[in-house]
Amino acid sequence: MKDLGFILASWLATLGSIGVLAAVTIRRARELSRHVPDDAKPWV
Amino acid sequence: MNVALSVARKDLQIEWRTRMVLARVVPFALLVMVLFAVALDSEPLVLRAAAGLVWLATLFSTMLVVQRAFDIETADAAIDTLLACAVHPARVFFGKALALFVQLFALVVVLVTAAMVLYGVTVSGSRVVLLVTVVISATSGLALVGTLYGAVVANMNGRDSLLPLLALPVLAPLLIGASRATEAAFGSQTIDMANGWAWVGLLGVYGIVFGAAGSAAFSPLTESDS
Amino acid sequence: MHTATTAAPGAAARTGTRTTRVIGVLALATTAFVVVSAFFLTPADSVQGDSVRIMYVHVPTAWVAYLAFITTAVASGFSLARRHRTLGFDRVAGASGEVGVLFMAMTLLTGSLWGRLTWGTFWQWDPRLTTTLFLFVTYVGYLAVRRIDTDPRQRARRSAVIALLAVLEIPLVHFSVVLWRSLHQEASVLSPDGDVRLDDLMLFTLFAGVAAFTLIFAWLVIHRQRLTALADIRQTVGLDAAIALRRSETRGVVK
Repeated sequence: MKDLGFILASWLATLGSIGVLAAVTIRRARELSRHVPDDAKPWV
Repeated sequence: MNVALSVARKDLQIEWRTRMVLARVVPFALLVMVLFAVALDSEPLVLRAAAGLVWLATLFSTMLVVQRAFDIETADAAIDTLLACAVHPARVFFGKALALFVQLFALVVVLVTAAMVLYGVTVSGSRVVLLVTVVISATSGLALVGTLYGAVVANMNGRDSLLPLLALPVLAPLLIGASRATEAAFGSQTIDMANGWAWVGLLGVYGIVFGAAGSAAFSPLTESDS
Repeated sequence: MHTATTAAPGAAARTGTRTTRVIGVLALATTAFVVVSAFFLTPADSVQGDSVRIMYVHVPTAWVAYLAFITTAVASGFSLARRHRTLGFDRVAGASGEVGVLFMAMTLLTGSLWGRLTWGTFWQWDPRLTTTLFLFVTYVGYLAVRRIDTDPRQRARRSAVIALLAVLEIPLVHFSVVLWRSLHQEASVLSPDGDVRLDDLMLFTLFAGVAAFTLIFAWLVIHRQRLTALADIRQTVGLDAAIALRRSETRGVVK
């Protein structure tokens, strides 16, 4: 495939950064949830 | 409107007593103009860039003047006192914008003169009318947006670096419009007078939009919860 | 990884619910299809060749970025208008703004890579690109204001004003750049979307990409908005606990 480097860079940067943001979000949620009782979470 | 005028008068009196703009901002702006010339290091290039450089120097200076205009309000919670007297926030907004306009107008006059002396710019005939109109309309827009964003960051930590970050992108259309129109007034070959006047139209729309936005937004911006 | 819909005994509920789990699974499945289709199923474009495969990631990120900023503006408007729920709307506005900045950064990055392949330059001072760039900087500033440690209600009001002003900024920047560029010699730019002739599968993949990224956006915003809610609750919970402890201590002294 021609220009594969550019194409892969576009996809990897985008999906990679989304993945990192999602992972950070989940990790922080796990950490913060420990300090908040379930009945204080409106969505539970 | 009387309230707006007295707010403007108060701000200008404070400036007259402290001479902050006169003693620090004007020399700073002139220094920027000199540094541009040194950095570009070519007389024809400086002459071509003159209009943009005048407005860029004005934009940077505006950040300093706006900072000052709100520091005097938040220092003793003066603005809260003002608003507690049931003064409509929109009037305070227009008053502060008017004071800012007067100071910036004086600054731009100095900078245009500097461009004539330092960069060899010449303005003659009907171009003077265009130049004066551009300076008035662009400076009004600058004063309105400056006052609006000054209120956004007033009293916040790190406001000195936040203000340019927030206000400069919004001021981009004004910079483009004022620079192009001033270029026409300076007699540039790349842009004619008719195009110059078209840009004045854009500056007018810009001023009206942000004047309306500012008078509406000033109330939630200056509200305090305590 | 074990996640329970309702809190199983012993495991605290986090920011996920059944809805977000469904959104998450759908997002992953759609994204997987888009990747496979973009790289293996769709043909290369007759004019652009393989570089058209960047389109399937570039266009959806741009779409989501603008969707995010519209969401932020709408939530900001509500946050200013509905005073008793200011902070709830403010959390949505903030979460959406964060995700929007990430997607817009990716729009600019993938766009400039694609531009290098099709136009031969990383950047063109074209109205759409310039507006996007200024909007990006504006929202970076918006996030900077949100990070400032001050009274949350005041911060909510001020960041709401910034988000609403950004909406005014879009047409003004766009129009001024149109006017500005029209004075110069028209750059001979192939409009990237205009010149691509899309067959049915290409079009479907593009729409699937938009759907996938919209789902990802929804998932991220819901979770991140709950995350800030958790942080706020934790602060009040901590405060309540401290007050209770203090009370019991003074009672002990009195007795």
